[in-house]
Amino acid sequence: MSTNLSSEKITLAAIKPGQRVQIEYLEPSPLKERLMSMGLVPGTALKVLRSAPLGDPMAISVRSYNLSLRLADAQKIIVSTAAL
Amino acid sequence: MSTLSVALTGNPNTGKSTIFNELTGIRQKIGNWPGVTVDKKTGYAKYDNRAISIVDLPGTYSINARSPEEQIVIDYLLNERPDIVVDVIDSSNIERNLFLTLQLLEHHIPILIDLNMMDEANKRGLKISTNKLSEIIGMPVVETVGRSNKSIKKLLSIFTSTVMHNYKNSELIDNHIAAVEKIKQDQLDPDKCEEQIIALRYNLIDTIIAQIVDTSNVASSSVTEKIDRVLANGFIALPILLLMLYGVFEITFTWIGQPIADELDFLLNTWFSGVAANTLASIGVASWLQSLIVDGIIAGVGSVLTFVPLIFTLFFCLSFLDGTGYMARVAFVMDPVMRRAGLTGKGVMPLIMGFGCGVPAIMGARALDSEKDRMISILVTPFLTCGAKLPVMALFAAVFFPNNASNIVFSMYIIGIVMAIAMAKVLNVTTFKDKQSTFLLELPPYRIPDMKTVFLETWDKGKGYLVKAGTIIFAMSVLIWFLSNYNMSGPTDEMTQSFLAYLGAGVSHLFALQGFDSWQAGSAVITGVVAKEAVISTMGILYNIGDVADDTAAAANQMMTALGGSFTALSAFSFMVFTQLYSPCVTALGTIKKETGKWKWMLFAFAYTSLVAWFISLIVYQAGRLLGF
Repeated sequence: MSTNLSSEKITLAAIKPGQRVQIEYLEPSPLKERLMSMGLVPGTALKVLRSAPLGDPMAISVRSYNLSLRLADAQKIIVSTAAL
Repeated sequence: MSTLSVALTGNPNTGKSTIFNELTGIRQKIGNWPGVTVDKKTGYAKYDNRAISIVDLPGTYSINARSPEEQIVIDYLLNERPDIVVDVIDSSNIERNLFLTLQLLEHHIPILIDLNMMDEANKRGLKISTNKLSEIIGMPVVETVGRSNKSIKKLLSIFTSTVMHNYKNSELIDNHIAAVEKIKQDQLDPDKCEEQIIALRYNLIDTIIAQIVDTSNVASSSVTEKIDRVLANGFIALPILLLMLYGVFEITFTWIGQPIADELDFLLNTWFSGVAANTLASIGVASWLQSLIVDGIIAGVGSVLTFVPLIFTLFFCLSFLDGTGYMARVAFVMDPVMRRAGLTGKGVMPLIMGFGCGVPAIMGARALDSEKDRMISILVTPFLTCGAKLPVMALFAAVFFPNNASNIVFSMYIIGIVMAIAMAKVLNVTTFKDKQSTFLLELPPYRIPDMKTVFLETWDKGKGYLVKAGTIIFAMSVLIWFLSNYNMSGPTDEMTQSFLAYLGAGVSHLFALQGFDSWQAGSAVITGVVAKEAVISTMGILYNIGDVADDTAAAANQMMTALGGSFTALSAFSFMVFTQLYSPCVTALGTIKKETGKWKWMLFAFAYTSLVAWFISLIVYQAGRLLGF
């Protein structure tokens, strides 16, 4: 499934503002289906915009809209920083 | 010709409600979908001599029937089969919006696709080919700019001239539906099945987008992004948010709402009730009937009406801010704080309003996303120190703690906040432990709010309060009037001889362990349920002081001897704690009934807050005694 050679999993929660990444897959969570319905499916590119003043939640730009989600949920989204 | 039925569907933040409001204007009514607190908006329009009924379905991202909103949309479309189903799409966000479109098509629901806010998309440099989209999908597509008259006329003329069953899904869509059916047959694990179908839909969306959208001129940084760099970023976001909250609070409770409420109160309860009393006396109406009309009915209507300016002002502000897109940023910024308190980011605005008045605060909870967040917010709001509790606290503090008055009043605010947070946590893990609270929030682009929508929303709130909560509040006010003016032998002029005084004496036994078991205190607790400030006027009457002055210092002088005789400093403090926490006033109770739709929750709010108040004031009094106060 992954084209990323490194075995370490990078989650969306660890990505710095301004960085662009691509979704590899989503780990099971109660939000998984909702996230996917809102366009966060494997292969989708997204950009991290910022975190809230107190660090959590974070805001991302995906499929030409902005979405905010808690870090706990972002940890279930595995991404790769492979060249886009 | 029969009435044409139209249903509007679409994602949140697509301008769907603006279109609905522009189409129907004031010819709309707001009800509830059965069994849930989701607004049901229906309205009427006329075009070309054709009557059109329009329903604005809740905005949803999908129709998987996971939330009450999604269930409503799919049930309505499949059972009611409206003549025209409009799928309103935010053109600058067409990718995600097409997800719902595909789901509708998979259910074989023919749709009129409305590419709305085309002006915004063009401004961002997006070029979308409307004809191509229609060709690819097989359904009619129209471009609109939400609030322009031309767009609304265009929509109305399409509604009356289009026959939806002339349109068939394109081959591409039919193939897609076949592929979806195949997954449903092959994949037995329901979760995996759904995920594969979602991925399939986005695959198709990517294919469609590549053919119809030209993104070569898209600006790299949008206006929204620039504004967010200030309003949702770093350390400046919090001070700005506090300033906004403060502004809304002041507008509602100091600058506009409260002054109008005070005027209205004067007009009704002083001027009109004086005129009515004189008129009734001069035409020789029996004194019990005079009292019923003046002190019962007019005062009851007054207690309903004086809240209306507050509700109108607050909801004008909230609905305006919501229209700009700022409310989503409030939730974004405040979520970490509110989450620790067992609440959600969006809840901060209604809760803060609870320091002014619980009634608009309880109504404001409707903006929260999940049933759980709504209920918890509604149930903890009454603990906060509202504007009506403040004079009670100020008076008692002035009488019993003259050297420390402001600290004592401040401690009441703190007790209220601590109890609100504590109970939010308790409710989180008990009554509502099975319900989920999540935070997945779209940050929509900043927009200039559509004023028609702002005014209509404000009007609906005020009307809903008057009709639904007003009747309950009115009935309870008249009941209390009866109790304080009657006893077993009929009407009485002396409140000290009334049912209320007897009830007060009975109730006072409950407070033996709290140190304030006089019948006067017991009666004041009962009238305090009508309106918190009534605690003082009741005590004034029962201690034979007459009218208590509005000014705290003067009132403290009047009450000094009477209160000093029946309260110690400790029992006064315990009484303050009880008054701070116990039952919401009837107006708030009526509003809770209206907002939750259930008597059960109103009674629960009454009972659990009173129990909490009883225990806390007990602990305060007994601990104080042990410590030697």
